[in-house]
Amino acid sequence: MSFTRRRLLGGAMGAAAVTAMRASHAQGRSAQPASKTIPSTGESIPVVGLGTWITFNVGNDTLARDACSEVVRAFVDGGGRVIDSSPMYGSSQEVIGYALRKTGLAQSVFAADKVWISLGARGREQIEQSRKLWQVPRLDLVQVHNLLAWQEHLATLLAMKSQKAIRYVGITTSEGRRHRDIEHIMATHPIDFVQVTYNPLDRDVEQRILPLARERGIAVIVNRPFREGTLLRALERRPLPDWAVDVDAASWAQLVLKFIVTHPAVTCVIPATTRVDHVRENLRAATGRMPDGSMRMRIAEAIGRA
Amino acid sequence: MSEWWTYSLSDFLLFSPRTYDRLLELYNLALWPLQVVTTCAGVAVIAMLSRGAVPNRIATVLLGVCWAWVAWAFHLERYAQINWAASWFATGFAVEAGLLLAVGLFAGGLPLRDERSLSRFALLLALILVVAYPLLAPLTGRRWAAAEVFGTAPDPTALATLVLVMQVRGARRWILAAVPFAWCAIGAATLVAMESPQAYVVAALTLLALVLPLTARRATPRAR
Repeated sequence: MSFTRRRLLGGAMGAAAVTAMRASHAQGRSAQPASKTIPSTGESIPVVGLGTWITFNVGNDTLARDACSEVVRAFVDGGGRVIDSSPMYGSSQEVIGYALRKTGLAQSVFAADKVWISLGARGREQIEQSRKLWQVPRLDLVQVHNLLAWQEHLATLLAMKSQKAIRYVGITTSEGRRHRDIEHIMATHPIDFVQVTYNPLDRDVEQRILPLARERGIAVIVNRPFREGTLLRALERRPLPDWAVDVDAASWAQLVLKFIVTHPAVTCVIPATTRVDHVRENLRAATGRMPDGSMRMRIAEAIGRA
Repeated sequence: MSEWWTYSLSDFLLFSPRTYDRLLELYNLALWPLQVVTTCAGVAVIAMLSRGAVPNRIATVLLGVCWAWVAWAFHLERYAQINWAASWFATGFAVEAGLLLAVGLFAGGLPLRDERSLSRFALLLALILVVAYPLLAPLTGRRWAAAEVFGTAPDPTALATLVLVMQVRGARRWILAAVPFAWCAIGAATLVAMESPQAYVVAALTLLALVLPLTARRATPRAR
């Protein structure tokens, strides 16, 4: 896809996505989470996904694995699709595989994983190992984790995409690291996804990366929406503002998620949790009324004072 | 690792405190009642170190066996499930096991600074670490089943070993103290990342083990 076409498609689809989210509310179809489109293909994915950092790294503990399986079941039952993991996350990939086999939901999820190995030559081998751990026929998205050996891995991933061994290619960073490198890759390589940290307190990406993603037609996955829980722990001491009901938010977590997914460049956010009630609460953030620009500012100001 | 200064300890913690506790619980359940045996072995090690050449060598070998067990049974078989760095930790523990076995079998054991006895403080501290360390689990709000026991769990094994080898004279003291000290630092850092109050206990005990020989040296002239 040419740059111009990607840009045009991305802009049009971004606008369409926002329209779709509003339409969902207007028509009262609030049970399913809102979706946005992946600019490079037009495929639609729900705006709330599921992260697995720490939460799915439970080893061989059968009780904990079963609990993770219930989280996956509740996530897919609630309309979620995107599950994100990495070889760096200990046993998380294996636990996802266990959950998908136990629930029989392997065909229902959008499998987003990463390549994370210093030796570029061993990237393909690691990706195949990840696929086996997930127990899926194909990983949908593979991202270069934290830009480790990104030149070699990106070449591998683009080759695998052309061979249809994977569907999408991406890069990741977190907590504001290496943004200049991220921008460079976004501007010069035909990637489908970029994954960054974004929440009402960590907003650096609004300056350059999110606008560049729109311009280049690159989907954006947002990690660490709750700062690994520290943001919500800080907020839980304060009452939820009265005006939260205006955007159908019943908790601080939902306000944070609504803030994130209503940025026009953001495609999907991937909060991690071990609890079924939290996964349902997260998915509900993508339903009902959503904040407009001024309400987003209000959310950021309220949370910034925490 | 680029921009290393932007990372905090919690960025390296791959698992939740709950998961680590469950790992310890399941490990203890699988081993029981081996913990009783390793605790007795720990007491025997302390008792035998100052009872002459042969008991000292037996104690050193026993200590080495404990390290080898933790390397395999804890790090490789259990901890590696949730921490990919555990294979490196297992290597460190295996190196310490090899050193202790070599010293015990071929190099005369652990020559104490005072051949007749361990210092009173060292004796007391080592006994506390072997016998009472498991109490930290309930004292810090965790289940008894997650208790860490000398000879099966890495922290009390490393701490007790550090106390003992710091009572050894000559260069082998520092050679044998390196891995236990490194593990105590890693263990304390992991506990800090898990926001466990036990981190301060491990850090304080490590510091105490290191300074004990200094206090004993200063105390000796006054005693005379």
